[in-house]
Order: sequence, then structure tokens, then C-alpha cells
Amino acid sequence: MAPQPPKKKSKADDVVPNSGDLLKYYRDMLLIRRFEEKAGQMYGMGLIGGFCHLYIGQEAVVVGMQSAITPQDSVITSYRDHGHMLACGMDPGGVMAELTGRIGGLSKGKGGSMHMFSKEKNFYGGHGIVGAQVPLGTGLAFAYKYRGLQNVSLTYMGDGAVNQGQVYESFNMAQLWKLPVIFIIENNRYGMGTSIERASSTTDFFHRGAAHGIPGEAVDGMDVLAVREAGIRAVEHARTKGPIILEMQTYRYRGHSMSDPAKYRQKEEVEKMRTQRDPIENLAKVILEAKHADEAKLKEIDREVKDIASRAAEFAQNSPEPPVEELYTDVLVEAR
Amino acid sequence: MPINVLMPALSPTMTEGKIARWLKAEGDQVKSGQVLCEIETDKATMEVEAVDEGTLAKILVPEGTENVKVNEPIAIIAADGESVSAAASGAPAAAKAAPAAAAPVAAPAVHASPAAVQSADEPDMGETKVMTVREALRDGMAEEMRRDEAVFLMGEEVAEYQGAYKVSQNLLQEFGPRRVVDTPITEQGFAGLAVGAGFMGLKPIVEFMTWNFSMQAIDQIINSAAKTLYMSGGQMGCPIVFRGPNGAASRVAAQHSQCYASWYAHCPGLKVVSPWSAADAKGLIKAAIRDPNPVLILENEILYGTSGPVPVSADYVVPIGKAKIVRPGKDVTITAFSIMVGKALAAAEELAKQGIDAEVIDLRSIRPLDTETIVNSVKKTNRLVSCEEGWPFSGIGSEIGMRMMEECFDWLDAPVKRVHGLDIPLPYAANLEKLALPQAEWIVDAAKSVLYRN
Ligand SMILES: Cc1ncc(C[n+]2csc(CCOP(=O)(O)OP(=O)(O)O)c2C)c(N)n1
Ligand SMILES: [Mg+2]
Repeated sequence: MAPQPPKKKSKADDVVPNSGDLLKYYRDMLLIRRFEEKAGQMYGMGLIGGFCHLYIGQEAVVVGMQSAITPQDSVITSYRDHGHMLACGMDPGGVMAELTGRIGGLSKGKGGSMHMFSKEKNFYGGHGIVGAQVPLGTGLAFAYKYRGLQNVSLTYMGDGAVNQGQVYESFNMAQLWKLPVIFIIENNRYGMGTSIERASSTTDFFHRGAAHGIPGEAVDGMDVLAVREAGIRAVEHARTKGPIILEMQTYRYRGHSMSDPAKYRQKEEVEKMRTQRDPIENLAKVILEAKHADEAKLKEIDREVKDIASRAAEFAQNSPEPPVEELYTDVLVEAR
Repeated sequence: MPINVLMPALSPTMTEGKIARWLKAEGDQVKSGQVLCEIETDKATMEVEAVDEGTLAKILVPEGTENVKVNEPIAIIAADGESVSAAASGAPAAAKAAPAAAAPVAAPAVHASPAAVQSADEPDMGETKVMTVREALRDGMAEEMRRDEAVFLMGEEVAEYQGAYKVSQNLLQEFGPRRVVDTPITEQGFAGLAVGAGFMGLKPIVEFMTWNFSMQAIDQIINSAAKTLYMSGGQMGCPIVFRGPNGAASRVAAQHSQCYASWYAHCPGLKVVSPWSAADAKGLIKAAIRDPNPVLILENEILYGTSGPVPVSADYVVPIGKAKIVRPGKDVTITAFSIMVGKALAAAEELAKQGIDAEVIDLRSIRPLDTETIVNSVKKTNRLVSCEEGWPFSGIGSEIGMRMMEECFDWLDAPVKRVHGLDIPLPYAANLEKLALPQAEWIVDAAKSVLYRN
């Protein structure tokens, strides 16, 4: 038996989101969706190069988790990172300009889609090597504990990454030293073209900390409110007891990257998720049914976020390429 | 305003494609997310989804059309409420012109077709067939798998997906899942597992999706694969091949764009080869599989799609440790390997126009390095330029330069010059990336400088 998740209701559990909160989650998810659609379009125009991994379908995960933490808590993830950055409050123009490789980008155009960071927003990347961010995120938690801070580290990984050896080395140290880290497994059912069943001996990923005594919980990652509730419980656990695992059961609608024809899954499977489980449409239903807002209000939000995405795209196209001097900056810092 | 649908770029290396099929007809309603058409790219057939909503007013490029350039208008969508007929007759030129930044999507222009030159030096290839480097690698593996039941292929996406870069296409179909094995994303685990299987006499081919990910497994490659023969006093070695694309591709940034030639060539107990031509790709992969030692093949993603004549004989094997003179000349020697060979040849063409006759040597094998061929060439030309894409510090050029000091110092009329990638992590920005990777012009300049012609 795997250790059970903490059952006790925390006081944060009682923080029921109000109309304003719900509209904010709706807006934040829709912003990610429209931003990613725009990025896909710009990739098609040749304005974005290299690899570009879209987050469409998985928006509820980051938006729900972000609602459970404070701005002082940190986030770290893989290359599928645009959604995480927007949820952290990073400037959409800065993210998009990084995608186009311009000086206005968050890494001055030097990192690209997979490698972006914001010290200011406590976003520690954007990592291109599958699984590598997991020990790093554990290290962020180590630093919190070392300094006696109350913060938590949200350490995201994919269902493919969860098989990497360094994940288990991290689990062991995190529990050994009771580090305030939440390991979030974004189970979107595929690592590139390989389904979880073809890559993993067991697919209940929330059990993966069992050997180390780390509790885990499976969460409906298509439901922003379910994510939020689990997130609040997990934050409480991480702050007081140590590491915890949340397996977010989610789905990516698009191919792995822009060049993936996605022949490894049935069209019907994607269609079914899109029509029945879409996190944004389902939250819209909740909002309308309980009369938190009307259609007109939701339309207005859509216009607003579309506008933000368009302006980000415009900024990203107009921002100049980095100057030649940038080639040699930031390799090392000057020792004083 | 009617909206022009432009031919999209669907992979980092795509510059043009074929409209395979229209799934919407003129007059159909389109909603964002619906599939408009299917496009064949350099790698795969992809569906193109609409991003705009309205009515498909006109199809500008009919299905079956090949070589449609990225950003060329392919259809017109009339937005809701607009007149479809007016939209259809509107000039497609109204499309927003592709911004200048779109250009870097194109593969490096300097990469001349290997077919033009690669038959110059090796006359006895027998009957040949023109094929891509990708196909040559695949055929080499398939022939050796037919020949020896102990040979198997393992790696991420090698089987059902047919290879992340389509190098293992159809191998699963021919050899089945016992011999073409999809792995989890666990490089250290499967690299070590394959070395263990090698101890038992199997002959694994381990594909790294790219060599960048071999850093997860570098301990098993060096500490287990390379050293066990020695540490066991010759009792057990490991007949294993590690292979995959190496070096920069196109805009994939610092973590995905490194050249590992110098890293692995540093280690005794390993052999390291890095083919440029399609014929050598096949000949060397076969030699690597037959070799009883660990052999690393550093391939190149941009070269996968280039073609050249390849011997059809299943007995064509290129010996490991032999360089090849791909262009004879008398004034200056240029050494290169992998993608840099194409750039060296382009540089030689340019030098010829300026009256300089360069000899270009494709190293093919990095370890063992064919010092003899380089020395003999230098004794003739008295000048040497070494080219590589990787970093300069302890690079292949450093090694070659030192060997020239040791073996033919008196024949040199100028210090050896190195052309290499800039000593920085590879930047993502198109302009910076271009400046950071060695170009043919750099080789031209270096050659002129060792000839004191600058
Ligand atoms: C160490 C390493 N191996 C392989 C890759 C190539 N690769 C990039 S993403 C990916 C699939 C990862 O899947 P998953 O962890 O499920 O994340 P998702 O893409 O679904 O978000 C692979 C194999 C890599 N980047 N790093
Ligand atoms: Mg996944």
C-alpha cells in the first residue's frame, strides 16, 4: 500500500473561490490557450524556430496550482513551459519575444522556447533535458529549508520524465531531509510518441514515491478547481511535513512539438478530450450555471486575452534581434 | 479583410513542402482547430489546423502540388460576414509579407550537395544507388541485422514511431519488437543495460535521440563500455554501437546543440567516427557494428536528408581509422568531419576562384585519427586548416595541431589554423546562432591566412 495522502482538512480548504476567483482562473487558462495558438501560428510563419512545445489542453494544471501558492514560492519545469510562465505572471510579450529570439525576450533571445527564466517571478526554467529539472527543484526546496523560509518548490515533470533515475534520487533526498517540495507529474498520457503503457511498468504515478514514504495523490488535471484543492492540501503538507506527489491526469491536444504528426493516437481520442473534458469550456459552464457571470462577460474576457496575445506577437516581431555583443555576455559573471 | 492562409513551417528544418490533401473544399465553413489540409514535410505528413474562422473562399494551391515554399499563400478565408466571392477574387499578394526573420528556417546554404564530389576519391564502390544519409544508415543497420542475429537496436522512439528522425524506418516491421526495442526516457539505464547485454555477447546498437542526451549516460559509456576490457585483463569487452545525431541542428539552442567529438575521442577504449557522405554513413555503420569494441557514431541531423551514391553491395565496409581525400589540391590542406566537410568543399570552390588549390580531407574517423593521411597531405601543401563545429578548447583541432608539431613540424610553412564554433553555449536567436557556428567564409579566411594572402 502506498502511503495515503493527508486526509485532514486544512484551513485553506475552506477558502472557497468566489466569482472573482473563478473568472480569474478562466481568464488565466484562456490567456495560455490563446497565447499558445498564436505561438503555433507564428511557428508556421517561420517566426519561431527550433522546438516549440505547446501546452494546449493542460492549462488547468498550472492555473490551479498557481492559485494555491504565494508569489514567493518557486516553479520549475521542463521545456513545455509557456503556460507555467504566463501563470507565474511573466510578461506575455517577453515570453513571445523569447520565442522569436529577440532582445525583448526574457532571456534576451538567447534561450528560446525551452529555456526561459525569471528570477523576479520565481520561475527557475524552462529545461530541455528530460528529468533534469527534478533535482534542481529539490535543490530550491533545500535552499528554503536551509534559510529557514516557509516557501515551497513546485517541481513539475512529465509522465515520460518520471522514469528517469534522477527523479528517484531526488525523491529519496527530499524525504530524507523533509524538503518543502511538491513533485507535480503532468501525466498527459504520452512522452513524445510513446504512451504511458508502453513506457512504464506501472502507470499509477502518484504511487511512485511509495518506496520513500512520500504520499501521493491522483488529481483530475482537467478540472482547475480539483487541482486547486489538491494544491492547497499539498502546500500545507510540504510546508509542515515534507515532499508530496501530485499526479495530474491531463492531456495535450497538439503534437509533442510542432513537427510531430501524432500518428500514435486516434483522432477520436483527442476529439473526445477536447469536446468532453476541456478545462476551459467546463469552467465556463460552472460559471454560467451558477451565474457567476454571463456569456457577455466571458466574451469580453476572450477579447481581452486575444488582444494580449496579439500584442505579445506584435512586440515579439518588432523587438530587434539581440546585438552581436550578446554573443559573449553571460557566459560567466565577473568575479569581484 | 479576407485572410490568407500561408504555407506553414512545420519543422525546424522545413523550407518547402507538398500539399498532400485538402480536407476542406471551397465554400466550406472553417472553425479554428479544424484540419484544413495535410502537408508533407521533410520528415512527415502533418495536418494543418485552421487558426482563423470563416468560409474557405478559395484554394490557391491545389492538392498534389510539390515544393510549395514556406509562407506562400495557399488559400483564402473570408471572415464571417464577408463576401466569399469578393474574398476569392482578392489578390493573395495582400498577405503580410514574410518578415526577414523567417529566413533562418532554411538549412545552411553552404551545405553543398555531397553527391557532386563524393565519388572523386573512391573508385571501387561497385554498383551504386543514390540515397539519403538517413536511408544509408538504415540500410547499413538492416544488412547487419540480417547477417547477425546478435545485433539489435534500442532507444527512444526507434520502433513504433520509426525513429525520432526516421533513421530506423521500417526496422520494426522487418525485425519485430524483440530486436527493435523502444525504451523509456532513461538513457543511463538503457545504455548500461546494453553494455551488460554486450558482456553476454549480444551486439547492441544504442540510439541516442541526440548525442546531447548521452550526457545522462556518459558514465556508462566511459566507465563501463570503454574500460571493462582493460580492467578485466581482456576477459570481457563490449561490442556495442552508440549512435545518433550530433552537433547543432537548427535553432534548438544551447542544451540541444553540442558537438561531442572531442569529449568522446578523449577516451581510450572507445572508437569515434563521424561520417559526412551517404556512402560513408553506410560503410562506417557496418564497420562499427562488426567491430568488437565500443564504437560511437556521431551523425548529423541536417545531413540526414542529403543524398549521394551508395554502394549496393552488402560487403561494402569502410575501415575505421581511415580518412578520405574528398578534393585533391596542392596549396593548402583543410581537414573536416561531418557537416563541416560540405562547408570545407564550398570554401575550396571559393578558394579555387581566387587561384588557391585546396586539398580537403574528410577525417571520417576521429579516434583512431588517420594522422598519416594528414601528414602526407601537409608534406605536399605545407599548410593546414582544421575545421570543426565544436568548441576550440581541447578540440579536435588542438589535437591535430599538436600532432603536426610532433610529426611534420619542419614541413609547415605557417602555423596550423583552427576553424571552430565560438567558445560559448549556442544561442537561440537566429542572427547569433549564425554568427556562432563556423561558416565556409571562415575557412576561406583561415586558408588565405596560412598562405599569407590576406
Ligand atoms: C534526457 C533526454 N532524453 C530525451 C529527450 C528528448 N525528449 C524531449 S521531450 C521527450 C518526451 C518527454 O515526455 P514527458 O516527460 O511525458 O513530457 P511531455 O512532453 O509530455 O510534456 C523526449 C523523449 C530529452 N529532451 N532529454
Ligand atoms: Mg507526457
